[in-house]
Amino acid sequence: MIIADQLPVLPIITPLALAPFTLLMPNGRAAHLWAMAVTGLSFLFCAMLLAQVAEVGVISYQLGDWAPPLGIEYRVDLANALVMLLISGVAALVAPFSYESIRTEIDDRQLPMFYTAFQICMLGLLGVVVTGDAFNVFVFLEISSLSTYALVALGGRLDRRALTASYNYLVMGTLGATFFVIGLGLIYQATGTLNMADIRAQLEGSPSNSMVEASFAFIVVGMGLKAAAFPMHLWMPNAYTYAPSAVSAFIAAASTKAAVYVLIRFTFTVFGTDFEFIQAMMTYILTTVALAGMFFGSLVAVFQSSVKRMLAYSSVGQIGYMLLGLSFGTEAGVQASLIHLFNHGLMKAALFMSVACVMLRLGVHDCAGFHGLTKRMPFTAAAFIFAGLSLIGVPLTVGFVSKWYLLQAAFEVGRAWAGFLIVASSLIAVVYVGRVVELILLRAPPEEGPLSADVNGEPVREAPLSMLIPMWLLVAANVYFGLRTDVTAGLAGRAASALVGGGQ
Amino acid sequence: MRDEHLILRVMMKVLFAPIILFAFYVQFHGDYGPGGGFQAGVIFAVAFILHGLIYGVGATRRALPQGALTAMMAVGVFLYAGTGAVTMLLGRNLLAYDALVPNSTHHAGQHYGILVVEFGVGMAVAATMLTIFYHFAGREPEIRDEDW
Repeated sequence: MIIADQLPVLPIITPLALAPFTLLMPNGRAAHLWAMAVTGLSFLFCAMLLAQVAEVGVISYQLGDWAPPLGIEYRVDLANALVMLLISGVAALVAPFSYESIRTEIDDRQLPMFYTAFQICMLGLLGVVVTGDAFNVFVFLEISSLSTYALVALGGRLDRRALTASYNYLVMGTLGATFFVIGLGLIYQATGTLNMADIRAQLEGSPSNSMVEASFAFIVVGMGLKAAAFPMHLWMPNAYTYAPSAVSAFIAAASTKAAVYVLIRFTFTVFGTDFEFIQAMMTYILTTVALAGMFFGSLVAVFQSSVKRMLAYSSVGQIGYMLLGLSFGTEAGVQASLIHLFNHGLMKAALFMSVACVMLRLGVHDCAGFHGLTKRMPFTAAAFIFAGLSLIGVPLTVGFVSKWYLLQAAFEVGRAWAGFLIVASSLIAVVYVGRVVELILLRAPPEEGPLSADVNGEPVREAPLSMLIPMWLLVAANVYFGLRTDVTAGLAGRAASALVGGGQ
Repeated sequence: MRDEHLILRVMMKVLFAPIILFAFYVQFHGDYGPGGGFQAGVIFAVAFILHGLIYGVGATRRALPQGALTAMMAVGVFLYAGTGAVTMLLGRNLLAYDALVPNSTHHAGQHYGILVVEFGVGMAVAATMLTIFYHFAGREPEIRDEDW
């Protein structure tokens, strides 16, 4: 076996073949180590894949040697490879991070189950991104969604509301998947093929008809639900709030990103922006939805008492930025969208991880737990502050890079007002992040009451190293990619020019 | 207790083996006729569900414990994914089953590949169906921790 030839499929098949054994592990520790190894391997393969794609261009992989369009094709260009790197990277960091945190939140005997579902979820998301076959997207989407429902529901031991949150997510997610597959059915009827590149070839130059339009509408709504785009975000705050902390860190960073990626992929390389209705959709609907989401998400986040919930609503706003970049329909817009997709994964994972550390020691994810955190858990507090600054978009962090490219894209298409709205909504981010940072820095830690000591009644200590190291690696990535902008911006730029310039 | 539902108990004993046999028929005949791993797995599970309905879930649990089902699920999925991966180890693409029997004139490799994959599917489906049944039928306020 030559690894280089098999790279597109290795990040998927490795966890698929190895994850089931996690179920048979005798205890949580063994399952944890196994999951670390598997996610680490997937990350390694994704990194190699990105390097290979950056060098040789688009890679096409034929499953079972059946030639596309009949066979299933994995088609990897820079856009997929970048998103895959994010998903597997966050998974590889959450896996070592999760053990100490998840052990206190779910039953010990559920740990092998948890790590199985975690790996399956990662492989589903990677599969959604890697495949070049439209129906295959649906299959992997279901794989990842079903495992996510289970992961969210695991929070039920600590807080019963996790069960309704997971059920809500299940209903909404299934609706989204149904809409998506109806859209696929219609486009299959219209073109007679499910291979993305082939659909594009069939549609190219042909006049639009209502079936194609309906198909696109279904796909956008379906993926909008999965991505938690503004009016369809209702499942998301509860799911993120009541899921076990480590799960929140992973799904917040990875799962909605895969849906946004699919939206980008379908808009630009499957349907193509030369259709008039897609132009209209982007100008009138997507822009509105994105702007409304930016402000709604950020404003609601300001008033949340739970920090996890605040971060969840902030995600609604941040998805708005990604959709805004997409709605410009230009190369610069898609580039900004991809950059923000990657960067937002980095910052949200770091933020949710620091909340997980607080949760581990104090057992709450309310603002109250953050009072005087610098004096009790200085490294966790610092990580939250750095990642929070990144979320706001302060220079030297990745958040700034995202906002910068987004602004540039806005001005380039002559929508200066959109640029001002981006800045305005970032100012709201200053409020909601600043509110927590104020508690962390300026308040004194509570002297009495349940929060004066940790969950075992002892003085509050810093989180264990197994949690601090992955968290700080992410914070370091926030700064590193904020300084070395050529990595993300360069790759995203090349990816965007390929996406907008015809999918090659 | 012993005399209750005598007819059901006897019929159950008569039917059990044919149902399992039918499951294996659907399983292995799947590539020539209607059927396949999923259907076979469900039929296989039905035999045990019938057993559980008549003799009580406790008896079925003793006959086929949850631990064995968990192992069946894992091995089933591993067979499913692993068969594809074997072709990669043999130097071909994922799922290129022709690699299993390289010099066959009638794609025998495809046949063997799908047979093993379907067996994995059948195993995983049967185990999952029964696990769901155990947990619903043995409904307790909380699923017992040992069952996870």
